[in-house]
Amino acid sequence: MEVILAILVGVLYTAGVYMLLRRSILKFIIGIIFMSNATNLLVFLSAGLIPGSPAFVDGTTTTAHLADPLPQALVLTAIVIGLGMVVFILALKYKFFEVTGTDDLDQLKQTDSQK
Amino acid sequence: MTIVALPILIPFALAISLLVFRTTKVCRWVGPLGSFAIFMFSISLFFRLKTDGILTLNMGGWDAPFAIVLVVDYLSALMLMVSSLILIAVSLFAIRFLPDDIPLPRFYFFFFTLTMGMNGAFITGDVFNLYVWFEVMLISSFVLITMGKKKEQLEGGIKYLALNLLGSFLFLAGLGLLYGKTGTLNMAHLAEILKNDNQATLMNTSAILFFVAFGIKAAVFPLFFWLPASYHTPNIAITSLFAGLLTKVGVYTLIRFFTLFFVHDQHFWHNLLLIIAGLTMVTGGMAAASYYETRRILSYHIISQIGYMIMGLGIFTPLAIAGAVFFTLHNMIAKTGAFLASGMIAKIKGTYHLKEVGGLYKQNPLLAVLFIVPAFALAGVPPLSGFFAKFMLIKAGIESGSYIITTVALLTGLLTLYSMIKIWNEAFLKKQPENQANQKPIKLNWADYVPLAILATASVLMGIFAATVFTVTMEAANQLIEPTNYIDTVLRNKTP
Repeated sequence: MEVILAILVGVLYTAGVYMLLRRSILKFIIGIIFMSNATNLLVFLSAGLIPGSPAFVDGTTTTAHLADPLPQALVLTAIVIGLGMVVFILALKYKFFEVTGTDDLDQLKQTDSQK
Repeated sequence: MTIVALPILIPFALAISLLVFRTTKVCRWVGPLGSFAIFMFSISLFFRLKTDGILTLNMGGWDAPFAIVLVVDYLSALMLMVSSLILIAVSLFAIRFLPDDIPLPRFYFFFFTLTMGMNGAFITGDVFNLYVWFEVMLISSFVLITMGKKKEQLEGGIKYLALNLLGSFLFLAGLGLLYGKTGTLNMAHLAEILKNDNQATLMNTSAILFFVAFGIKAAVFPLFFWLPASYHTPNIAITSLFAGLLTKVGVYTLIRFFTLFFVHDQHFWHNLLLIIAGLTMVTGGMAAASYYETRRILSYHIISQIGYMIMGLGIFTPLAIAGAVFFTLHNMIAKTGAFLASGMIAKIKGTYHLKEVGGLYKQNPLLAVLFIVPAFALAGVPPLSGFFAKFMLIKAGIESGSYIITTVALLTGLLTLYSMIKIWNEAFLKKQPENQANQKPIKLNWADYVPLAILATASVLMGIFAATVFTVTMEAANQLIEPTNYIDTVLRNKTP
C-alpha cells in the first residue's frame, strides 16, 4: 500500500510542477492544489501505514498494533491551512482578472520591467 | 511559566479588539500603544531570562516532548525585542502615511496577526508549530501586500504568494520526512536524537528541504526573485514592515535549525552556506547598484545583507554566530529606517525615482540627518551599529581562515556604500531637476519624523553601547553553539 501511495505522491508532484509551469494563472492554481495534496499525502505516509488499527489507546488494543495518530493530526491541520491558501489565491486571481482582464502569466512583467 | 505565551496572546487580543473598535480614531491609539505594550513585555521577558535562565512553557498540560513547547532563549528574546521596536515605528508611520483607500483598522488587524505569527515563530520549540505560525504570518502578509488592489500590487502579490506557497510545501514535506525518520518534532528532542546520528546522508534529505524552504523566506541567492518583484508594489508602510521583519524570520529559523539539530554534516553544510552567502551578497549588491528607484535599491539591498547573516552561520564559531545575530538585529532597525526615509522622500516629492528628485538637503536638513544615520549604519560606518556587526563577522572570518568569504564581505561593503551614497547624492545633494521644479514640495508634519527618529536613535545607541550588545549576542551565540542547556531545560525542566 505504501508503495502505491508513494508512487501517487510522485505523480501528484509531477503533475503539480507541470501545471505550475503553465502560462494560465488558473492552471497555476491547480498546480498549487496538486502540490499541496501531494505534500499532505507525504506527511500522512511519513509514519508508515498500519492498516486496520485504531489510532487511539482504547484500553484493549496493545500498543504494538496502534497507528501513529500524530501524522493524521498534522495532516488535518495542513489540509485546513492548504484550503485557506487556495481560497485566498482564487480570490486574488479573480480580483486580478477583474483589474487587468488577463489570465496570462506572461503579462506579469510590469513590476520587473521599469527601472 | 504562563507569561511565555503572552507574546502570542497580546497581538491576538489586540487583533480581536480591532474587530470590536472599528473607528479610525480608536485605532490610532490601539496600534501604537499595543505595539508599545508588546515592546515593554519583550523587555521584561529579556530581564526575566537573565535571572531565571531559559524559559519554557508546555502547552496543554502535557510533558515535553509530547506537548507543544514554547521556549524563550536569548536569541528569541532579542528578536522579540527588536521586532517589537520596529512594530512601534511602523504603527506610528502608518497613521501618517497610509493612503485613504487602506482603512487604518483593517491595516492594524493584519498588522497584529502578522505580529502574532512572527512572535509565535520566534518562541516555538516545535517544528510543526513553527509551520503553523509561518502560515499565520504568510496569510497576513498576503493580505497586506495586496491591500489597495492596484494593478502592480496584485501582480507583485501573485509572485510573492506563488514562491512563498512553494516554500511552505517544501517545509511541510521536510517536516513530514523528518518525523518519519526520528519520530519526533520537538526541536530539543530532535537535537538529542540527532546529536549522535551517523547517517548524515539520510538526514540531509530533510535538511535540504528545510534549507530551500527557509531560503525562499529569507531570500538567499538562487531563491530571492519574489522579493524584488513584489516589495516595491505595496504602500511604503507595508513595505517597511515586511523589509524589517519577514526575511529575518527566515534567517532566524535557519540559525535555529542549523545550530540546534542539523549539525551532522558540518563540512558540507558550512561550505554550502558560505558559497550561498557570498553569492547572495554580491548579486544583491550589484543589482541594487543598477537601479534608480529607492524602493528597488533598498529591496535588492535586503538580499545583499541577508548574505552577511548566512555568512556568520556558515563560519560557525561563537563569534561568527554572535556577529550574525548582531547583524540581524542591526539590519532590522537600519533597513526599516531606510525604507521609512524613502517613504518620506516620496511624500515630499511625490515620486520614488531618484532622477526626478533632488535638493532635499537644503529643503529639509532634518530628514537628511535622519536618513544618513540608517544609511551609514547599513554601509558599516563607525560608530553606528552596522560597523560593529560587520567587524565581528569579518574578525570571525579571518580567525577561522575563511579568507574568500571575508574578502567578498569587505568588497560588498563598498557596493553598499555606493548604493547609499547614490541615494544621498541624487535625493539630497544634487539640485532639483528643472522639469520637476515647478511642483511644490509637500511640507512634513513633526509627527512624520517620529518613527524614523526612533529607529535612528536605536541605531546610534546600538553603536554607542556596542559592548553591551556584544556581550548579550555572545551569550546568545554560546547558547546556540552549545545546546545542552537548551535541551535539558526543555526536556527535563531542569534549571541550571
